[in-house]
Amino acid sequence: MKSAGLRYLKNVSTLQFDETRCIGCGVCADVCPHGVFVIRDSLAQIVERDACIECGGCALNCPAEVLQVKAGVGCASAIIKGWLTGSEPNCDCSNDSGCC
Amino acid sequence: MQDPEDCCQSKTVSPNAGPADRGPAQPCCAQAAEEKPGFACYPFVIGWLDTAAGPVPQVSSGLDSRDRLGRWAMRWGIGRSRYQITPGLYAVGQPDHLSPVLVSANYKLSFDCLRSAIAGLSAWVLVIDTKGVNVWCAAGKGTFGTAEIIFRCHNSHLDKVVRHKRLIVPQLGAPGVAAHKVRQDTGFSVTYGPVRAADIPEFIAGGMQATAAMRRVSFTTRERLILTPVEITGMRKPVLYMAVALLLLGGIGDNIFSINAAWSRAPGAIFAGLAGVLSGAVIMPILLPWLPGRLFSAKGALLGIIMSTVLCLTLYRGMTFPGLVALYLFVSSVSSYTAMNFTGSSTFTSPSGVEKEMRRSIPLQVGALLTAGALWLTTAF
Repeated sequence: MKSAGLRYLKNVSTLQFDETRCIGCGVCADVCPHGVFVIRDSLAQIVERDACIECGGCALNCPAEVLQVKAGVGCASAIIKGWLTGSEPNCDCSNDSGCC
Repeated sequence: MQDPEDCCQSKTVSPNAGPADRGPAQPCCAQAAEEKPGFACYPFVIGWLDTAAGPVPQVSSGLDSRDRLGRWAMRWGIGRSRYQITPGLYAVGQPDHLSPVLVSANYKLSFDCLRSAIAGLSAWVLVIDTKGVNVWCAAGKGTFGTAEIIFRCHNSHLDKVVRHKRLIVPQLGAPGVAAHKVRQDTGFSVTYGPVRAADIPEFIAGGMQATAAMRRVSFTTRERLILTPVEITGMRKPVLYMAVALLLLGGIGDNIFSINAAWSRAPGAIFAGLAGVLSGAVIMPILLPWLPGRLFSAKGALLGIIMSTVLCLTLYRGMTFPGLVALYLFVSSVSSYTAMNFTGSSTFTSPSGVEKEMRRSIPLQVGALLTAGALWLTTAF
């Protein structure tokens, strides 16, 4: 049942963090499903950048707006469709955790 | 409690649209059917709770055979786009004005998962309209989102039903929900609950505190296995196109095109393609953590090579050299592409990473496929 240690490609995440303006509320650490952030001395720190899946939860919930990430859909077929139609990738799989 | 089977036929009575003069909790449909001609309530509705905002349907926390059949159908991708329930406020147990409010998606599988996970608790469930899509996917698209939560809070008069000001939103809904904006608009503060509904009882008992483990997404062997049927059904169309292409290609030979040649050559090739799909869509997800490398396409290609070896040692003995190379290239590229598609189902890949992988792998997959086709064609002459 090995699974927690699964990692994808390194150095690809578009996550950006302006720590000088962090207010230390901790919501980023709460919402991140991969433990990218920890709160130390009342400030957020990125400790697992390569675990980021660019879901965008941290950036959307940051009240200080000091996090940015190019969030999107990670479906291969959606990205191909995006390339072919020149639009943003959008998954058409209707539901289930199976998709996106 | 009356067996809902007795009275509840088909579907949908909107939970917040019922007549306001309904009495306190009574068996569902006797009342709903009498008072609203043409409406029937969901089989999982076992009564009605009278609240300051009108009657709220009380739902069972047990799943019956219909729910389980529906879940099975969803796992195979049957009728997924229609498996939804009417958004609005529902009750589990006997909630009162102090009970927690849990926000959920209107994908019935998500709702079933939640109501069965909180069996024994009393809570309000605010189902928002995600067009029948699960929480995580809907959050990614923004349909499980700030505006919809705000709308449902107002629409269901939540402030009349409960006296506290807290919504428990699933953590995986965060990519669509700006918690601070929900509070600004509705006065309800958002507390992010655990990733898995199964952890909610412990989360609530622990004073709405999630442990680090509750906050992490997993991808266990069982979770990966559950996804494989839908991976297979998702390949139906590509497999059909592949079969047609192989029939056309297999007919080409000394007689320019012969249907007999197509019938004799194509089935073997189609079977090899199916073996590649099996390798990429089923074997690769199961073995994912133990296959070397990080690229899904590379893991799939490796399994494709193993699959080709198995094929040429068993069913495909005595092939010519070009035919053998064609088999390896074809099965490996199909397996690699199918495995790459599993990135969309995985819980730990990023869009930037997937795009990088695809830019690297697709040219190789296409190259291998074209070479395989050319080599296979030469064996016909």
